[in-house]
Amino acid sequence: MGLTLELAHIYKAYGGQQVVTDCSFTFEPGGTYVIMGPNGCGKSTLLRIAALLEKPDQGEVKFLNGGNPIEPDINLKRRLTMVFPRVGVFNTTVAKNVAYGLQIRGVAKSEMQARVDSALELVRLTHKRTQRALTLSSGETMRLGLARGLAIEPDILFLDEPTTSIDVANTKIIEQVLRRISQDKKLTLIIVTHDAAQAARFSGRLLFMRDGNLVDHL
Amino acid sequence: METISQGFSRAVNLIFSGDRELFEIILLSLRVSGAALLLAALIGLPAGALFALKRLPLRSLVINLMNTFMGLPPVVVGLVLYLILSRSGPLGILSLLYTPSAMIIAQTVLATPIVFSLSLAAIVAVDPVIRQAARTLGATPFQEALTLIREARYGITAGIIAGFGRVSAEVGAVLMVGGNIAHYTRVMTTTIALETDKGEFDLAMALGIILLTLSLLVNFGLRAMQRQGQVEARFRQWD
Ligand SMILES: Nc1ncnc2c1ncn2[C@@H]1O[C@H](COP(=O)(O)OP(=O)(O)OP(=O)(O)O)[C@@H](O)[C@H]1O
Ligand SMILES: [Mg+2]
Repeated sequence: MGLTLELAHIYKAYGGQQVVTDCSFTFEPGGTYVIMGPNGCGKSTLLRIAALLEKPDQGEVKFLNGGNPIEPDINLKRRLTMVFPRVGVFNTTVAKNVAYGLQIRGVAKSEMQARVDSALELVRLTHKRTQRALTLSSGETMRLGLARGLAIEPDILFLDEPTTSIDVANTKIIEQVLRRISQDKKLTLIIVTHDAAQAARFSGRLLFMRDGNLVDHL
Repeated sequence: METISQGFSRAVNLIFSGDRELFEIILLSLRVSGAALLLAALIGLPAGALFALKRLPLRSLVINLMNTFMGLPPVVVGLVLYLILSRSGPLGILSLLYTPSAMIIAQTVLATPIVFSLSLAAIVAVDPVIRQAARTLGATPFQEALTLIREARYGITAGIIAGFGRVSAEVGAVLMVGGNIAHYTRVMTTTIALETDKGEFDLAMALGIILLTLSLLVNFGLRAMQRQGQVEARFRQWD
């Protein structure tokens, strides 16, 4: 059973500047959502709030399982993950970066190995597995970030501009992976992008952020 | 001039003759400073991490105090500990004065602020995006702290090495609470001070050479850690 994410009347301001204003939206399990909007309109902020990384000033971030609300404890938090525009790689090998989320969950070694392998395979970084992660190119770094998030098999995957600063080839790999995930409908994808053509290719529900809220049309 | 060069060659001979007393002294020095460092790391690193990661009350006061204590005059530490450990002092019943334990305590007091402050600085310097990554990948606050400590490992190691450099070269505190008792509490620095005072330079010079070599190694270690940290920081260009 997937997770429903429900935002209810979310407000967030930074130093008097209202960034998110009365934002309400429900993300259904297995859905794909693409969020667009100009720089500084609050997309990243909203994503951080929805991913339970930051508290809203007002409003509620609710998670439901078959209609029943779930406590936002560590177990729930472990069902969500976000890939940031700057990945934040750990200073160790590529494989150990991907293993991180599994290690802290105490996943058994053999299963960890298998999941790391398949995540690396998916983003085509298998040949880089023993390389130090900090020496990857920017495109490879983003693919690593994606693999690291996928390895923990989240119910909801947030992606904040996963292809903004990388080239066509890397973008293609990432889009391929995301499109496959989107078709499988096993997890909810929430993607922020500035690329309208890309947004169309994801064939999910397109949302715009306007006046601190999510809307269907500009 | 002659005495210096003659003394030097006699000192070198002493080192290579495997003199028992000399090695006893070196060993005790390393044991005292090593134990003090271990204790300082056990206290200073977790405390430094705590203050780096949590918005604790009195945070900036504690950080400022610890920064100031990095330069504590060893004789002042010696004096205060002497008063606490002497027979009429509050901890007099433990009979620790003039024992290696007292020397370890003194050096722990000297090293802890260094380990604390440098660990804190190293952890604070870790890119905030690393912390966010740990969190979103499901780390508990404790796992998050361990991750950041690991990311700051070069800076933390540099702090521990710097602490070792300070205590192993220090003479005031160990002399006052250790008493420089032969075969019991004599360490390199106190022996150098005492032997020089007596006008007997061979052992003093031999120990001086060892001490210099040690501090050379400490500096090499420090530089290596700092360089490694810088090299790896440079890679974080697009991440
Ligand atoms: N921690 C913070 N402190 C102060 N202001 C902040 C903070 N985080 C975000 N802001 C402000 O909130 C506004 C929205 O920022 P946010 O990063 O959410 O925008 P965005 O829609 O993701 O923009 P972009 O497309 O450029 O990534 C900006 O004006 C930003 O300066
Ligand atoms: Mg943003």
